[in-house]
Amino acid sequence: MGCSRVGARLAEMLSEDGCQVTVLDIEANSFKRLSQNFNGTALLGNGLDEATLVRAGIETADAFVAVTQGDNRNIMASQIARHIFKVPRVVCRIYDPLRRDLYSELGLITISSTTVVANMVKNKLFV
Amino acid sequence: MYIIIVGGGRLGFKLAQSLLDKSHEVLVIDKRQELVDRIIAEMGSVAIVGDGCEGKILESAGARRADIFISLTSEDEDNLVSCQIAKHYFKIPRTIARVMDERNEMLFKALGIDIIINSTNIILEYIMHEMPSPPVMHLIQERDRGFEVVNITIPPSSSVIGRGIGELALPESAVIALIIRRGATPVLPLEGVQFEEGDQVIAATSPENEPFLRAVFTGQ
Repeated sequence: MGCSRVGARLAEMLSEDGCQVTVLDIEANSFKRLSQNFNGTALLGNGLDEATLVRAGIETADAFVAVTQGDNRNIMASQIARHIFKVPRVVCRIYDPLRRDLYSELGLITISSTTVVANMVKNKLFV
Repeated sequence: MYIIIVGGGRLGFKLAQSLLDKSHEVLVIDKRQELVDRIIAEMGSVAIVGDGCEGKILESAGARRADIFISLTSEDEDNLVSCQIAKHYFKIPRTIARVMDERNEMLFKALGIDIIINSTNIILEYIMHEMPSPPVMHLIQERDRGFEVVNITIPPSSSVIGRGIGELALPESAVIALIIRRGATPVLPLEGVQFEEGDQVIAATSPENEPFLRAVFTGQ
Protein backbone atom coordinates (compact mmCIF):
# COMPACT_ATOMS: atom_id res chain seq x y z
CA MET A 1 0.00 0.00 0.00
CA GLY A 2 1.48 3.30 -1.16
CA CYS A 3 3.31 3.59 -4.44
CA SER A 4 5.76 6.01 -2.87
CA ARG A 5 9.42 5.94 -3.92
CA VAL A 6 10.01 3.23 -1.36
CA GLY A 7 6.80 1.43 -2.31
CA ALA A 8 7.55 1.45 -6.03
CA ARG A 9 11.15 0.33 -5.55
CA LEU A 10 10.11 -2.45 -3.17
CA ALA A 11 7.41 -3.61 -5.57
CA GLU A 12 9.96 -3.85 -8.37
CA MET A 13 12.47 -5.71 -6.22
CA LEU A 14 9.89 -8.24 -5.05
CA SER A 15 8.52 -8.65 -8.54
CA GLU A 16 12.05 -9.30 -9.89
CA ASP A 17 12.42 -11.94 -7.17
CA GLY A 18 9.37 -13.70 -8.58
CA CYS A 19 6.78 -12.63 -5.99
CA GLN A 20 3.24 -11.89 -7.07
CA VAL A 21 2.84 -8.21 -6.14
CA THR A 22 -0.13 -5.81 -6.09
CA VAL A 23 0.59 -2.13 -5.47
CA LEU A 24 -2.22 0.01 -4.12
CA ASP A 25 -2.36 3.81 -4.26
CA ILE A 26 -5.05 6.51 -4.20
CA GLU A 27 -3.16 8.59 -6.79
CA ALA A 28 -2.99 7.22 -10.33
CA ASN A 29 0.07 9.43 -10.95
CA SER A 30 2.07 7.51 -8.36
CA PHE A 31 2.11 4.46 -10.60
CA LYS A 32 4.40 6.35 -12.98
CA ARG A 33 7.17 5.52 -10.51
CA LEU A 34 6.92 1.86 -11.49
CA SER A 35 9.42 0.83 -14.18
CA GLN A 36 9.16 -1.71 -16.99
CA ASN A 37 10.65 -4.33 -14.69
CA PHE A 38 7.49 -4.44 -12.61
CA ASN A 39 5.15 -7.16 -13.79
CA GLY A 40 2.64 -7.16 -10.96
CA THR A 41 -0.70 -5.36 -10.62
CA ALA A 42 -1.20 -1.66 -9.95
CA LEU A 43 -4.56 -1.02 -8.29
CA LEU A 44 -6.11 2.39 -7.76
CA GLY A 45 -7.90 2.59 -4.42
CA ASN A 46 -7.89 3.38 -0.72
CA GLY A 47 -6.03 0.87 1.43
CA LEU A 48 -8.14 1.78 4.45
CA ASP A 49 -11.20 0.44 2.67
CA GLU A 50 -11.74 -3.25 3.32
CA ALA A 51 -13.49 -3.82 -0.01
CA THR A 52 -10.47 -2.39 -1.84
CA LEU A 53 -8.14 -4.58 0.17
CA VAL A 54 -10.20 -7.62 -0.77
CA ARG A 55 -10.00 -6.60 -4.43
CA ALA A 56 -6.25 -6.36 -4.02
CA GLY A 57 -6.28 -9.99 -2.86
CA ILE A 58 -5.54 -9.45 0.83
CA GLU A 59 -7.46 -12.58 1.84
CA THR A 60 -4.85 -14.81 0.26
CA ALA A 61 -1.83 -12.53 0.71
CA ASP A 62 1.28 -13.79 2.50
CA ALA A 63 2.46 -10.30 3.36
CA PHE A 64 1.19 -6.71 3.56
CA VAL A 65 3.37 -3.59 3.52
CA ALA A 66 2.16 -0.05 4.31
CA VAL A 67 4.51 2.67 3.06
CA THR A 68 2.32 5.71 2.33
CA GLN A 69 3.48 9.14 3.51
CA GLY A 70 1.00 9.13 6.40
CA ASP A 71 1.95 7.36 9.62
CA ASN A 72 -1.65 7.02 10.74
CA ARG A 73 -2.80 5.65 7.40
CA ASN A 74 -0.03 3.08 7.53
CA ILE A 75 -0.85 2.16 11.10
CA MET A 76 -4.58 1.79 10.49
CA ALA A 77 -4.15 -0.22 7.29
CA SER A 78 -1.60 -2.50 8.95
CA GLN A 79 -3.94 -3.17 11.85
CA ILE A 80 -6.75 -4.01 9.40
CA ALA A 81 -4.39 -6.40 7.58
CA ARG A 82 -3.15 -7.96 10.81
CA HIS A 83 -6.30 -8.14 12.92
CA ILE A 84 -9.14 -8.37 10.40
CA PHE A 85 -7.55 -10.28 7.53
CA LYS A 86 -4.92 -12.15 9.59
CA VAL A 87 -2.18 -11.57 7.02
CA PRO A 88 0.81 -13.58 8.33
CA ARG A 89 3.41 -10.85 7.84
CA VAL A 90 2.64 -7.14 8.05
CA VAL A 91 5.31 -4.46 7.85
CA CYS A 92 4.48 -0.82 8.54
CA ARG A 93 6.55 2.29 7.96
CA ILE A 94 6.15 4.87 10.73
CA TYR A 95 8.16 8.09 10.57
CA ASP A 96 7.46 9.09 14.18
CA PRO A 97 9.80 7.14 16.50
CA LEU A 98 7.36 7.22 19.44
CA ARG A 99 4.54 5.75 17.36
CA ARG A 100 7.00 3.20 15.96
CA ASP A 101 7.92 2.01 19.44
CA LEU A 102 4.31 1.88 20.59
CA TYR A 103 3.01 -0.12 17.64
CA SER A 104 5.88 -2.58 17.67
CA GLU A 105 4.89 -3.23 21.29
CA LEU A 106 1.33 -3.70 20.05
CA GLY A 107 2.46 -6.40 17.63
CA LEU A 108 3.16 -4.72 14.30
CA ILE A 109 6.47 -5.07 12.52
CA THR A 110 7.50 -1.44 12.19
CA ILE A 111 10.27 0.53 10.56
CA SER A 112 10.95 4.16 11.42
CA SER A 113 12.77 5.47 8.38
CA THR A 114 13.58 8.60 10.40
CA THR A 115 15.58 6.65 12.98
CA VAL A 116 17.07 4.23 10.45
CA VAL A 117 18.32 6.98 8.12
CA ALA A 118 19.55 9.20 10.96
CA ASN A 119 21.59 6.27 12.30
CA MET A 120 23.03 5.48 8.88
CA VAL A 121 24.04 9.10 8.32
CA LYS A 122 25.62 9.21 11.77
CA ASN A 123 27.58 6.04 11.08
CA LYS A 124 28.91 7.46 7.80
CA LEU A 125 30.08 10.58 9.64
CA PHE A 126 32.30 8.69 12.02
CA VAL A 127 33.74 5.99 9.79
CA MET B 1 -11.85 15.40 35.64
CA TYR B 2 -9.14 16.26 33.14
CA ILE B 3 -10.35 15.79 29.57
CA ILE B 4 -8.24 16.14 26.42
CA ILE B 5 -10.03 16.81 23.13
CA VAL B 6 -8.28 16.44 19.78
CA GLY B 7 -9.98 18.52 17.09
CA GLY B 8 -11.14 22.06 17.74
CA GLY B 9 -13.74 22.40 14.99
CA ARG B 10 -17.38 23.09 15.67
CA LEU B 11 -17.89 19.89 17.64
CA GLY B 12 -14.70 20.21 19.70
CA PHE B 13 -15.48 23.85 20.43
CA LYS B 14 -18.97 23.14 21.73
CA LEU B 15 -17.84 20.11 23.68
CA ALA B 16 -15.07 22.08 25.39
CA GLN B 17 -17.59 24.76 26.30
CA SER B 18 -20.06 22.26 27.76
CA LEU B 19 -17.38 20.46 29.76
CA LEU B 20 -16.00 23.71 31.15
CA ASP B 21 -19.52 24.66 32.20
CA LYS B 22 -19.59 21.44 34.19
CA SER B 23 -16.33 22.47 35.89
CA HIS B 24 -14.11 19.93 34.15
CA GLU B 25 -10.52 20.72 33.26
CA VAL B 26 -10.29 20.74 29.46
CA LEU B 27 -7.55 21.01 26.86
CA VAL B 28 -8.21 21.14 23.11
CA ILE B 29 -5.44 20.20 20.66
CA ASP B 30 -5.70 21.24 17.02
CA LYS B 31 -3.21 21.73 14.20
CA ARG B 32 -4.97 24.87 13.02
CA GLN B 33 -3.78 28.06 14.71
CA GLU B 34 -6.95 30.02 13.87
CA LEU B 35 -9.21 27.48 15.60
CA VAL B 36 -6.99 27.45 18.68
CA ASP B 37 -7.04 31.26 18.75
CA ARG B 38 -10.81 31.26 18.57
CA ILE B 39 -11.11 28.86 21.52
CA ILE B 40 -8.64 30.86 23.61
CA ALA B 41 -10.48 34.10 22.84
CA GLU B 42 -13.75 32.55 23.96
CA MET B 43 -12.73 30.29 26.85
CA GLY B 44 -9.25 31.25 28.02
CA SER B 45 -6.06 29.24 27.65
CA VAL B 46 -7.61 25.81 27.18
CA ALA B 47 -6.24 25.06 23.69
CA ILE B 48 -2.84 24.39 22.13
CA VAL B 49 -1.64 24.11 18.54
CA GLY B 50 -0.25 20.72 17.61
CA ASP B 51 -0.76 17.24 16.24
CA GLY B 52 -2.80 15.15 18.66
CA CYS B 53 -0.99 12.01 17.49
CA GLU B 54 2.42 13.40 18.38
CA GLY B 55 3.92 12.04 21.60
CA LYS B 56 5.65 15.28 22.52
CA ILE B 57 2.49 17.33 22.18
CA LEU B 58 0.50 14.89 24.28
CA GLU B 59 3.28 14.79 26.87
CA SER B 60 3.27 18.59 27.15
CA ALA B 61 -0.52 18.49 27.35
CA GLY B 62 -0.17 16.42 30.52
CA ALA B 63 -1.73 13.35 28.93
CA ARG B 64 -0.38 11.14 31.73
CA ARG B 65 -2.84 12.58 34.22
CA ALA B 66 -5.82 12.82 31.87
CA ASP B 67 -8.98 10.88 32.73
CA ILE B 68 -10.70 10.97 29.34
CA PHE B 69 -9.32 11.37 25.82
CA ILE B 70 -11.65 12.33 22.97
CA SER B 71 -10.62 12.45 19.32
CA LEU B 72 -13.03 14.28 17.02
CA THR B 73 -11.12 15.04 13.84
CA SER B 74 -12.69 14.29 10.47
CA GLU B 75 -10.03 11.67 9.65
CA ASP B 76 -10.76 8.21 10.97
CA GLU B 77 -7.13 7.09 10.94
CA ASP B 78 -6.09 10.09 13.04
CA ASN B 79 -8.84 9.44 15.57
CA LEU B 80 -7.88 5.78 15.82
CA VAL B 81 -4.17 6.37 16.26
CA SER B 82 -4.45 9.26 18.72
CA CYS B 83 -6.82 7.21 20.89
CA GLN B 84 -4.52 4.18 20.76
CA ILE B 85 -1.54 6.32 21.79
CA ALA B 86 -3.63 7.84 24.58
CA LYS B 87 -4.72 4.43 25.78
CA HIS B 88 -1.56 2.37 25.45
CA TYR B 89 1.23 4.90 25.87
CA PHE B 90 -0.29 7.45 28.23
CA LYS B 91 -2.61 4.94 29.95
CA ILE B 92 -5.64 7.22 29.80
CA PRO B 93 -8.48 5.08 31.16
CA ARG B 94 -11.24 6.17 28.78
CA THR B 95 -10.89 6.87 25.07
CA ILE B 96 -13.63 8.16 22.80
CA ALA B 97 -13.27 8.34 19.01
CA ARG B 98 -15.49 9.74 16.30
CA VAL B 99 -15.82 7.68 13.13
CA MET B 100 -16.82 9.19 9.83
CA ASP B 101 -16.99 5.93 7.91
CA GLU B 102 -19.35 3.57 9.69
CA ARG B 103 -17.48 0.58 8.27
CA ASN B 104 -14.69 1.45 10.71
CA GLU B 105 -16.89 1.17 13.77
CA MET B 106 -16.24 -2.53 14.37
CA LEU B 107 -12.52 -2.13 13.65
CA PHE B 108 -12.18 0.62 16.26
CA LYS B 109 -14.01 -1.55 18.78
CA ALA B 110 -11.81 -4.53 18.00
CA LEU B 111 -8.72 -2.36 18.43
CA GLY B 112 -9.74 -1.31 21.92
CA ILE B 113 -11.29 2.15 21.61
CA ASP B 114 -13.72 2.43 24.53
CA ILE B 115 -16.48 4.49 22.95
CA ILE B 116 -17.12 5.09 19.28
CA ILE B 117 -19.32 7.91 18.09
CA ASN B 118 -20.74 7.68 14.60
CA SER B 119 -22.00 11.22 14.11
CA THR B 120 -23.52 10.52 10.70
CA ASN B 121 -25.70 7.76 12.12
CA ILE B 122 -26.78 9.87 15.06
CA ILE B 123 -27.87 12.72 12.79
CA LEU B 124 -29.57 10.23 10.50
CA GLU B 125 -31.53 8.75 13.41
CA TYR B 126 -32.65 12.23 14.45
CA ILE B 127 -33.83 13.07 10.96
CA MET B 128 -35.65 9.76 10.62
CA HIS B 129 -37.25 10.54 13.97
CA GLU B 130 -38.87 13.58 12.38
CA MET B 131 -40.31 11.68 9.42
CA PRO B 132 -44.11 11.28 9.53
CA SER B 133 -45.21 8.41 11.81
CA PRO B 134 -42.66 5.74 11.04
CA PRO B 135 -44.01 2.35 12.14
CA VAL B 136 -40.69 1.44 13.77
CA MET B 137 -38.07 3.77 15.19
CA HIS B 138 -34.72 2.62 16.53
CA LEU B 139 -34.03 4.09 19.93
CA ILE B 140 -30.93 2.14 20.91
CA GLN B 141 -28.76 -0.05 18.73
CA GLU B 142 -26.31 -2.39 20.44
CA ARG B 143 -25.42 -4.44 17.41
CA ASP B 144 -22.38 -6.13 18.94
CA ARG B 145 -24.39 -7.12 22.03
CA GLY B 146 -27.14 -8.49 19.81
CA PHE B 147 -30.09 -6.32 20.70
CA GLU B 148 -31.86 -3.11 19.86
CA VAL B 149 -34.62 -1.05 21.42
CA VAL B 150 -37.42 0.04 19.12
CA ASN B 151 -40.52 2.18 19.29
CA ILE B 152 -43.42 0.69 17.32
CA THR B 153 -46.55 2.75 16.67
CA ILE B 154 -49.74 0.69 16.48
CA PRO B 155 -51.66 1.55 13.28
CA PRO B 156 -55.49 1.58 13.08
CA SER B 157 -55.45 -1.68 11.13
CA SER B 158 -53.45 -3.57 13.75
CA SER B 159 -54.76 -6.90 14.97
CA VAL B 160 -53.43 -6.29 18.50
CA ILE B 161 -55.94 -3.54 19.25
CA GLY B 162 -58.16 -4.64 22.13
CA ARG B 163 -55.86 -7.54 23.02
CA GLY B 164 -53.48 -7.93 25.93
CA ILE B 165 -49.82 -8.94 25.89
CA GLY B 166 -50.60 -12.54 26.87
CA GLU B 167 -52.58 -13.02 23.66
CA LEU B 168 -49.72 -12.14 21.32
CA ALA B 169 -47.30 -14.57 19.72
CA LEU B 170 -44.08 -12.63 20.26
CA PRO B 171 -40.67 -13.62 18.91
CA GLU B 172 -38.55 -15.38 21.53
CA SER B 173 -36.03 -12.69 22.38
CA ALA B 174 -38.49 -9.78 22.41
CA VAL B 175 -39.18 -7.86 25.62
CA ILE B 176 -42.10 -5.43 25.66
CA ALA B 177 -41.09 -2.76 28.13
CA LEU B 178 -43.54 0.11 28.01
CA ILE B 179 -46.66 1.45 26.32
CA ILE B 180 -46.82 5.18 25.68
CA ARG B 181 -50.40 6.30 25.21
CA ARG B 182 -51.55 9.62 23.83
CA GLY B 183 -52.81 11.95 26.56
CA ALA B 184 -52.01 9.50 29.36
CA THR B 185 -49.05 8.50 31.47
CA PRO B 186 -47.04 5.58 30.07
CA VAL B 187 -48.16 2.16 31.30
CA LEU B 188 -46.42 -1.16 31.80
CA PRO B 189 -47.68 -3.96 29.54
CA LEU B 190 -49.13 -5.94 32.44
CA GLU B 191 -51.93 -8.52 32.29
CA GLY B 192 -55.24 -6.79 31.65
CA VAL B 193 -53.74 -3.87 29.76
CA GLN B 194 -55.11 -3.82 26.22
CA PHE B 195 -53.36 -2.25 23.27
CA GLU B 196 -54.99 0.75 21.63
CA GLU B 197 -54.63 2.43 18.27
CA GLY B 198 -51.78 4.93 18.28
CA ASP B 199 -49.99 3.33 21.23
CA GLN B 200 -46.24 3.51 21.06
CA VAL B 201 -44.75 0.22 22.15
CA ILE B 202 -41.18 0.33 23.46
CA ALA B 203 -39.54 -3.06 23.02
CA ALA B 204 -36.15 -4.73 23.02
CA THR B 205 -35.45 -7.35 20.38
CA SER B 206 -32.63 -9.04 18.55
CA PRO B 207 -32.04 -7.35 15.17
CA GLU B 208 -32.97 -10.61 13.39
CA ASN B 209 -36.35 -10.79 15.11
CA GLU B 210 -37.23 -7.14 14.61
CA PRO B 211 -39.23 -7.79 11.39
CA PHE B 212 -41.33 -10.44 13.20
CA LEU B 213 -41.94 -8.13 16.14
CA ARG B 214 -42.96 -5.37 13.78
CA ALA B 215 -45.33 -7.75 11.97
CA VAL B 216 -47.07 -8.66 15.23
CA PHE B 217 -47.94 -5.04 15.97
CA THR B 218 -48.35 -3.50 12.52
CA GLY B 219 -49.26 -6.45 10.31
CA GLN B 220 -46.51 -5.34 7.92
